[in-house]
Amino acid sequence: MPNQKPSLKRRTFLSAGLAAAAGGAAISCGGGGTGEGWRFFTAEEARTVDAICERIIPADRDPGAHAAGVVNYIDIQLAKRFKKHQAAYRKGVAGVDAVSRARFGKRFAELPPDQQTQALTEVGAKSGAFFNLVLNHAMQGFYGDPRHGGNRNMASWRMLGLPLPPVRGRQHYDDPKAG
Amino acid sequence: MALKHVNAVIVGAGAGGGVVAKELSAAGLSVALLERGRWYSAADCRKDDLCNQRTQVLGAKFGPDDERNPRVAVDGKGRETVVVASDGAYSNNAACVGGGTFSYGAMAWRYMEKDFRMRSTYGAVAGSTLEDWPIDYFDLEPYYEKAEWEMGVSGDVSNNIFKAPRRKPLPMPPLPPNREYRILSPAAKRLGLHPFDIPMLRNTVPYNGRRSCMRCRWCVGFACEVNARNGTHNTVIPEALATGNCELRTDCMTREILLDARGRATGVAYFDANGRLQEQTADLAIVCGGAVESARLLLNTKHRLFPNGLGNRYDWVGRNLQSHTYPAAIGLFEQEVYDDLGPGAGIAICDYNHGNPGLAGGAMLANEFIRLPYQFLSAVPAGVPQWGPEHKNFVRNAYRRTISIMGPVQEMPVFDARVQADPKVKDYWGIPVARLSGGKHPHTLEIAGFAAAKAEAWLKEAGAIRTWKRLPGASLSGGQHQAGTCRMGNDPKTSVVNKDCQLHEVDNVYVIDASVHVTNGGFNPALTILANAYRASGNLLKAWKGSKARS
Repeated sequence: MPNQKPSLKRRTFLSAGLAAAAGGAAISCGGGGTGEGWRFFTAEEARTVDAICERIIPADRDPGAHAAGVVNYIDIQLAKRFKKHQAAYRKGVAGVDAVSRARFGKRFAELPPDQQTQALTEVGAKSGAFFNLVLNHAMQGFYGDPRHGGNRNMASWRMLGLPLPPVRGRQHYDDPKAG
Repeated sequence: MALKHVNAVIVGAGAGGGVVAKELSAAGLSVALLERGRWYSAADCRKDDLCNQRTQVLGAKFGPDDERNPRVAVDGKGRETVVVASDGAYSNNAACVGGGTFSYGAMAWRYMEKDFRMRSTYGAVAGSTLEDWPIDYFDLEPYYEKAEWEMGVSGDVSNNIFKAPRRKPLPMPPLPPNREYRILSPAAKRLGLHPFDIPMLRNTVPYNGRRSCMRCRWCVGFACEVNARNGTHNTVIPEALATGNCELRTDCMTREILLDARGRATGVAYFDANGRLQEQTADLAIVCGGAVESARLLLNTKHRLFPNGLGNRYDWVGRNLQSHTYPAAIGLFEQEVYDDLGPGAGIAICDYNHGNPGLAGGAMLANEFIRLPYQFLSAVPAGVPQWGPEHKNFVRNAYRRTISIMGPVQEMPVFDARVQADPKVKDYWGIPVARLSGGKHPHTLEIAGFAAAKAEAWLKEAGAIRTWKRLPGASLSGGQHQAGTCRMGNDPKTSVVNKDCQLHEVDNVYVIDASVHVTNGGFNPALTILANAYRASGNLLKAWKGSKARS
């Protein structure tokens, strides 16, 4: 995709991972403390969270959470500001996969979208606190500032038609004389 | 080495403390201005929509930090939680030089005459400590004017037929209207309402040597990148420092007010930026920490004569914590109505502040400030799924086609909505933290429902094809407009300070911030805090007879 031009190291290997995912359904990541490129998640957890986020904000004519790197935002924050949510994610992600296996016999990330939606709806009913946590974090990672690891290539801001920052005030581009 | 004695030590460099520091130092008093936060500048704008003072999911950019400053929040069911600054229940305002005025939206309202006489106007409200202020609008009027002209206010209130009498116009014109304004203004007039340009502590022409607003998206919650928004950090505090009589010390956390054997203040004890305990002796101790922290400081100041905290003989310190309850209505339009032109808010009406049948007060209504994409999510109506393709589609289609109108409902003060010093939890410095408990008065919520309906009607008249309301809950209200915890009054048994903002119990301790507000108006309170600080400083200086300390 032309709008996934990598600009940071992290994005470089994630883009590589995305390319791999497109072809072979696995996010492969190089480098990083865990040996898998993630700060907090295991590769399997990352795959599950990535898939959850994609259901929360699916791709349509605009990129969804997967293309916007929302799981990257959550992983970074879990190692920083969201340390207190680490236990909830460890338990919660395992719970999502458990529900998926029980209902459909596969891990969440391997399910087709409609089964993922069913599984997520069940998770929302059973462990609402965890679902709301991921929901909020997914929204932050998708609609928030790219500097925090999500909203890659300002995907959501482009979607909303927001003149892209950085800007020095509207006067500078609304004034026809300046243009 | 002991610190040099000063005439006045001021705790807190926000709206109140900034003005007091300037007025006292300009009159020749020596002043030590202590601020627990840092001094940020225009370069700290950062444009980070997840870490600013409005959206704190990744932290409160302008303080306090999450690590060292816990509070205890008690919910409606009595459950206690230790909360950090970026949690909603924390009721955070800010911790930095300028306080809330550093990153606010800068609405600069004068309260109306009836806002000072709520009890006389509406009578007693069951379950509320609704009361009149011991001063009236005309006691403050010259100081409102002083704040407007010294600090710089723009806007045009000439079309506001409900405004209290004023002698001078505002010093600066309003910004040109944005698209929302152009849609809402004729609609309000068709409804027989009286729309006008919101007064703001914001330069719209060069003023005080600083430039005008460039109408960017990074407004409320952010540092103003071009220094066009006026707070105490770029007006009165630099002026105070320029007198040579005021020393500003940042990263200084005050522990308690020091008292002598007879119970008079001798200064304050504080932890400096290096964590060392310091004693700053002073003739006057002036508490300007905001409604939560000012009350906490008084309650943490224990003495043989004041076993329940300073100024708290009759158990009024920390009581009546209030702020504003914000109901909103949101309208979806056929066409694009949002032009992303800062500050966003520009048009207001005061038709519903008073005179609403069966209601004790009301609220100003205005269009909402600039909205960043993440902030917009809170405007998604209940009928839309919270996630999935429909949610995304709604956000995409509605972001530029909605207008939000909201207003700060004047709250009915509640005695049990309060700040206490927590008996167990201590902060990084070992100081007992603020414990917040209580909730809103039911009548406040009733007024909020009324205001939301009026906002909705306005949007419908403006052509919204769909409207919905956002109604507040009953939980404690104490965030950015926090007020009321050190009530000003004539009777020492039912108030904490007298009308000069001096403690009833100790004549050389003052509280000069929104803590002293008896009621909080149906408006953003900043200009009233500033005006009252000018007024109280003036009265303090009239009574000042020089230092009693031997040096």
